[in-house]
Amino acid sequence: MEYLLQMKNVSKTFGEVVALRKVNFEVGANEIVGLLGDNGAGKSTLVKIITGYHRPDPGGELYLKGKKIENLSVARARELGIEVVYQERALADKQSLWRNIFMGRELSGPLGRLDLAGMRSETQRLMTTVMGFTSAAVNPDSVVGTFSGGERQGVAITRALYFNAELIILDEPTMGLSLSETKKCLDFVNGIREAGKSAIFIDHNIFHVYPIADRIVVLDRGAVAGQFLKNELTLQELIDRLYRVAQTGKLEGNN
Amino acid sequence: MDLNSEAGRQLPSAAGPGGLGRFLRKFSLQIGIFLVAVVIWLLFLLGSPRTFLARDIYVAFMSSTPYFALMAIPLTLVIIAGEIDLSFPSIMAFGMTAFDVVFVSTGSVGLGFLACILAGLIAGLLNGIIVVRIGIPSLVATIGTQFFWRGVVMVVTNGQGLGMTAVRGSLLYPALVGRIGGFVPAQFVWTIGVAVVVWFFLNRHRFGAHVYLTGDNVESARLMGVNVGLTKILTFTIVGAAAAFAGFIVSEDVLFFWPTLGEGYMLNTLASVFLGGTSVFGGAGTIFGTFVASFIIGAINAGIVAAGLTGFWTSLIYGLIIVVSVSIQTVVSKRIS
Repeated sequence: MEYLLQMKNVSKTFGEVVALRKVNFEVGANEIVGLLGDNGAGKSTLVKIITGYHRPDPGGELYLKGKKIENLSVARARELGIEVVYQERALADKQSLWRNIFMGRELSGPLGRLDLAGMRSETQRLMTTVMGFTSAAVNPDSVVGTFSGGERQGVAITRALYFNAELIILDEPTMGLSLSETKKCLDFVNGIREAGKSAIFIDHNIFHVYPIADRIVVLDRGAVAGQFLKNELTLQELIDRLYRVAQTGKLEGNN
Repeated sequence: MDLNSEAGRQLPSAAGPGGLGRFLRKFSLQIGIFLVAVVIWLLFLLGSPRTFLARDIYVAFMSSTPYFALMAIPLTLVIIAGEIDLSFPSIMAFGMTAFDVVFVSTGSVGLGFLACILAGLIAGLLNGIIVVRIGIPSLVATIGTQFFWRGVVMVVTNGQGLGMTAVRGSLLYPALVGRIGGFVPAQFVWTIGVAVVVWFFLNRHRFGAHVYLTGDNVESARLMGVNVGLTKILTFTIVGAAAAFAGFIVSEDVLFFWPTLGEGYMLNTLASVFLGGTSVFGGAGTIFGTFVASFIIGAINAGIVAAGLTGFWTSLIYGLIIVVSVSIQTVVSKRIS
């Protein structure tokens, strides 16, 4: 299988604390990988290595589309099409929708002059074609702080897709959302699949990850406890096994 | 799903139902401060029609308000970016100290002026570097540099002022503090010019977009590739240069440089920014708001005296206007949103 992203033997230590130990992790093309794990399991560290925020310890290797990536930085990761959608930190609440969509990548002419008309009209187009914002009350100048949680995630995901992200990392996107908002958010995640892109969906909540992921990877105490394709296990079987992971650190019967 | 296609370009018109509501929401800060200004002006007009229907009082406002409006306008950038600068009063004097040294040794007003602006620029840059690179909160850092630059001024000038009458012969005198058409103070025109330039960079340039994003959600801005450190450093640097420029204009206008120059400007300047609707938490604020608020602050003192009250009332009315109008603005903008 051609992997979009592949991590081989990646470890990360902070002083005496081992956050990740010899992790092998892959994301396929057009695949949504659910990343499950308790607090402190190493999910955030894993993500921060993929996004260039942390460097892995020597010996760990990172490949993107089969090409080895050395010295990954945050800027380089974005150039390569890796985008993160953080739960709380994705948007600037007091700013308009268009400013959020084009955050850090404003359309501008020579000498940095903003192309306001271009950004507004592109935002309007994305609102109707991708985000499904049909209310007359919402327009490109609407302040995103007034949006619901699901809509906010939609804005962040749309932004990532718009800028041609290949791999979108969703860091607990459903945390604190109501049921209907969670549904909206999961619809946006499905949109990533439909757009032919890949995603890593990180969550505590198995009920959110299971329906949306093609494959589920379970991290425990800094190591991959196991992984399986969704169609190998029912939701109930997965839950039963996760209980046991918490005790033994190993997921049974995985590949 | 092709997000980048041109297919969906048939857009609904931006106008249409709710156009007025949208306008009110978008410009709520500006409308709020404008209404405050109108109400205060009407009160003054009622209190002292003779003074407030005559030209002189407006010439006085246009002459003295720029002293701090010139700093309040760029200071708005720092506060929108989520920081604060309390060192600008000392930088006014530090810039003039550089003028003093260069002017006394070369006799050139032009070179002295350049040295003044450069000194302000460097002092502002240093504020930015201390805040961004060393990571000291700007409140603390700029209290420190405020003392430091005042100290430098006192040590270098030995507490002695400098007569500026020689400046009158220079082109800089009519250009910066002359009277255009016989009565419009040049510093007022400069203030409008500075406001327009800062407005352009805040609202029509990538730099301004990054200022808003940095102040609103610094982590998100950083993750999305905004160079938040550079953005903050630039805002401090601009305030430094503006403070030196304001210091030069004040000294030129009164034809004397006092080493205590700047004392008494801190609260007027900050009040102009906050009265103008700039959020103390960063991420929101307008140049129009600060500009109008500066003139409200500048008018209060003269207005009170002209209305027949003693100067003792000034602080009381300042406080009242600031607290009441900021409260009204907050309530109104919440309603509109």
